Amino acid sequence: MRVVEKRQLLSAEEMDRTLQRLAHEIVEKSGGTADLALIGIRRRGVPLSERLAKSIAGFSGVNVPVGTLDITLYRDDLSTVAPQPVVQSNDISFPVDDRDLVLVDDVLYTGRTVRAAMNGLFDLGRPRRIRLCVLIDRGHRELPVAAVFIGRTVDTSDTEIVEVRLQEIDREERVMLVDRVS
Amino acid sequence: MIPRFRNLLGTEPLSREQIEFILDQTRAFQEFQRHPLKKLATLRGKTVALAFFEPSTRTRISFATAASRLGADTMNLQAESSSLKKGESLLDTVWTLEAMKPDIVVMRHSSSGAAEFVARHIDVPVINAGDGSHEHPSQALLDALTIRDRKGSLENWNVTILGDILHSRVARSNIHLLSKFGVRITLCGPPMWLPRELELLAPNIRRVWRIEEALDGADVVMVLRVQTERMHEPALPADEYIRRYQLTPERLRLARPDAMVMHPGPMIRGLEIDPAVADGPQSCVLEQVTNGLAVRMTLLFHLISAPATDAPHPAKDSHASD
Repeated sequence: MRVVEKRQLLSAEEMDRTLQRLAHEIVEKSGGTADLALIGIRRRGVPLSERLAKSIAGFSGVNVPVGTLDITLYRDDLSTVAPQPVVQSNDISFPVDDRDLVLVDDVLYTGRTVRAAMNGLFDLGRPRRIRLCVLIDRGHRELPVAAVFIGRTVDTSDTEIVEVRLQEIDREERVMLVDRVS
Repeated sequence: MIPRFRNLLGTEPLSREQIEFILDQTRAFQEFQRHPLKKLATLRGKTVALAFFEPSTRTRISFATAASRLGADTMNLQAESSSLKKGESLLDTVWTLEAMKPDIVVMRHSSSGAAEFVARHIDVPVINAGDGSHEHPSQALLDALTIRDRKGSLENWNVTILGDILHSRVARSNIHLLSKFGVRITLCGPPMWLPRELELLAPNIRRVWRIEEALDGADVVMVLRVQTERMHEPALPADEYIRRYQLTPERLRLARPDAMVMHPGPMIRGLEIDPAVADGPQSCVLEQVTNGLAVRMTLLFHLISAPATDAPHPAKDSHASD
């Protein structure tokens, strides 16, 4: 099985503009930054959440707290997927109780990651609200999950994969649609 | 990719990379011990068989708590109520347990090699929770974690182990583990518990008869329990042991000022260790207990959640693209 690139969904410049817009939307729809905190889902949600926070600080002057969540222990497919699961620790240095949380991830697909992330957050306390922000919503939900803040919605087929490349992790900055061909 | 292991029978067969992987993986579980809600569903529906053919309190409770915090259920077989007392063979007992379909067997037995023997005869992974005077790998892993947390690394320290080395599986597992990290190990205790063969276990081991010499320059001091059931052996009454080998505040001053004091428990205050040392700022005894939970959660998680076969996996991880 090979993987071929079908087309580019976002360029580096478009990603930057999209994140700027999402940062504004988050503050606008939250009625300010009070109690607001961002939680990046490992791995690619982490740099995205940091960039959103930086952007928010840029136009509002407020440093919104940012945390990192690892969902490995909350997955529902442990014995079927990863040959060797690797657990990372969470890094959330503030209490989540009564916070207005925005979960940040790169791609929204089946919704299972978000389900796992919410379980992880509930183990840490009781947030007042949790909303979801994703760079790409590619459809094919298997759970009743919806994002409030969406960078771009893309129609995809089952075999296609949305690949988000970030400078911090991949030393490259773009979003591609790739397909598996046998 | 680090080679996976199906069973944990000892630290001797583990590679340095495998040990580092386990220690790195404990991080998330250490953090988890501070959660307000200490219950995961990660191993929901999985069963951990605790087969303790020899009495144990702390190790059994530690494994049982680790299993419970991961959401697994436990089945308990205890020495006192064991059908072994009625004459059943070890294999028959274990096969009976296996027929109840546990996902892993954690076992302790008074015979060295018992865990490996059982692992050869059943189809589920086995964790050795102590076999005779052979190995107690989860104890050595939690000791290593405690050292690494306090000292920042495992490499090149001077570690002194005090007491009944000959009969101690804790000492053996620690020697095998630490020697893979270039640790210099000094063994000290009564000569009858310190045979020459111990030096063959690993490089960088020396035997020392005087506790003052053994403690000189030590970065870590591990005190072993004096197994009072062995005190009837000739030539070593308890008061003699105290006089020659007890870790006292005066003796501890011979070690490095920041030397850590460790004890696998159960600790007999006033025998192998002076209460002032046991409760002193250099004592890491309670950290060891807390780290034990994190290590055992890590072991149960990885040995149960990883698939039993090494078959190739689907090209794409569905969560990674999610």
